[in-house]
Amino acid sequence: MMDRRQTEEKIFKGLMYLSLAIVVGSLFAVFAIVIIKGIFALNIAMVTQTPHGGYYLGKEGGILNAIIGSIYLSVGAIILALIISIPTAWYLQKFSRTSKYAAAIRMVLDIASGIPSLLYGAFIFLIMIMFQARASLLWGIITVGLFIAPLLTRAIDEVMQTVPVKLKEASYSLGATRWETIFRVVTRQAFPGLITAVLVAFGRGIGDAASVLFTAGYTDSIPTSINDPVATLPLAIFFQLGSPFPQVQERAYASVIILLVIVLIICIGSRYLSKKYARYSIK
Amino acid sequence: MIQESRDRVISSVLFIPTLFSGIVLIAMIVVLFQKSGKILTQLPLTELLFSSSWEPIAGNFGFLPFIMGTIWVTALAMLTAIPISLLSAIYLSEYAHVKVREIIQPVIDLLAGIPSVVYGLFGILLVVPFIKNYIAPAVGVLTSGYCVLAGGIVLAIMVFPILISLSFEVLRTVPDEMREASLGLGATRWETIKYVVLKRAFPGIIAAIILGFSRAFGETMAVLMVVGNVAKVPNSVFDPAYPIPALIANNYGEMMSIPLYDSALMFAALILLVIVVAFNIAAKYVFLKLSVMT
Repeated sequence: MMDRRQTEEKIFKGLMYLSLAIVVGSLFAVFAIVIIKGIFALNIAMVTQTPHGGYYLGKEGGILNAIIGSIYLSVGAIILALIISIPTAWYLQKFSRTSKYAAAIRMVLDIASGIPSLLYGAFIFLIMIMFQARASLLWGIITVGLFIAPLLTRAIDEVMQTVPVKLKEASYSLGATRWETIFRVVTRQAFPGLITAVLVAFGRGIGDAASVLFTAGYTDSIPTSINDPVATLPLAIFFQLGSPFPQVQERAYASVIILLVIVLIICIGSRYLSKKYARYSIK
Repeated sequence: MIQESRDRVISSVLFIPTLFSGIVLIAMIVVLFQKSGKILTQLPLTELLFSSSWEPIAGNFGFLPFIMGTIWVTALAMLTAIPISLLSAIYLSEYAHVKVREIIQPVIDLLAGIPSVVYGLFGILLVVPFIKNYIAPAVGVLTSGYCVLAGGIVLAIMVFPILISLSFEVLRTVPDEMREASLGLGATRWETIKYVVLKRAFPGIIAAIILGFSRAFGETMAVLMVVGNVAKVPNSVFDPAYPIPALIANNYGEMMSIPLYDSALMFAALILLVIVVAFNIAAKYVFLKLSVMT
């Protein structure tokens, strides 16, 4: 009797180890295959030059246009998203934890964050047709900004909710109003988490291809104005992969390494920065 | 008095951006509904949803191949991802040392942060050839490797992070006293998990699965890259499929040149939106009930 129970325990524990191995292993496999395939196509021209004539036929050049384009687009999008997210998170702080009204707002935000980025792209594309506008950096920023705003809002909101009530009470007892407390105490205390939230949202923005497919356009040059079309790294990868030339496909693999390095920097950066600023929070 | 009116002014200023998110959501539903109105008035809904003939130039818009393609790929991905993610979450929550958790956590965060084109490329470089050269010959099927199975595997890996972190959080809400009571009665750890922890966490895990489902439904680029994109209802996991998001992404360029085509694509977008919103509401409802319970 005892034996059977112990055996069952052992079997399931074994299955758990196997599952974790699959999860960790798949991350490892993703990195390994991309690095093995792309590392030899990676060269300095990839990150310092824009595509020259015939680049997509295997001639000289790089994808600087897409790297810069992605950074412009994501920085613009994160600024737009912050303009929406920070006030919304502050507004939600006004209500008590059990407020039904605040719960309803959070629910709308959760639904909005669950909508696939492709649909934000389709929606903005329809708006663009209404205004007879052409795909550009501006519309790309609007699309990505709208799509990461709900994610960012909820992340900031969650961080602000973890600020201890006692801290707020201390602030009230010193004569601060509710808004003074939210702006100066809650926001400052939540700052390390806020940085993480911003960087995670930035990562989502920079890696997304489906939303900018129809709204940002594509170009081989670096945009000089907000009305120019803009290339993005994920789309550059996608288009290079579609090429029948092996040299161009290899460059797609190399571009993926560049994208992964950017994602890794964001990931490590957010951990580092939030730890750094956590020192200034009250424990 | 001054204080009070200033308070009110701040409140209303902050309310504007709050309202904005809701407006975007409603506008999206209204605009998509209005755009798909044209095809909904010209063709009966039953034909749109249940006909498998997709010939836009001839005016035939049967969405069945795309609906079935989405269902096949998503279902396969979830069937693979649910047991693996649940077992991982149970291990992390019930057995793992804090140090192990601290190592695994960044791995899961990183998995969640990898852009979908990277997963797509991983699928093309590893999963597709593996299916073509090893799995398919082993069962005696001929395939290019670009099929439902490839899409399912890639998609499963993509939903690991969300499923694991949500179910982990749900499992942590089960009070330790319940575990202790069960262990104290002589149950083994696994019996405690099976009869106490999982029973208590069940609704929350269902909600986590629903959210994972809705994430998988809308995933576009990675699936599009490995699934083959053939507008036919798949009959086996080795057949190519053409999920709804891939249909929209692939055909945006030419949608203006064929009559009704734009409306048809917007109808596809509307189907996707309605399913995702419904799933999210359902999951939220379960989570809300759960938070009332604890």
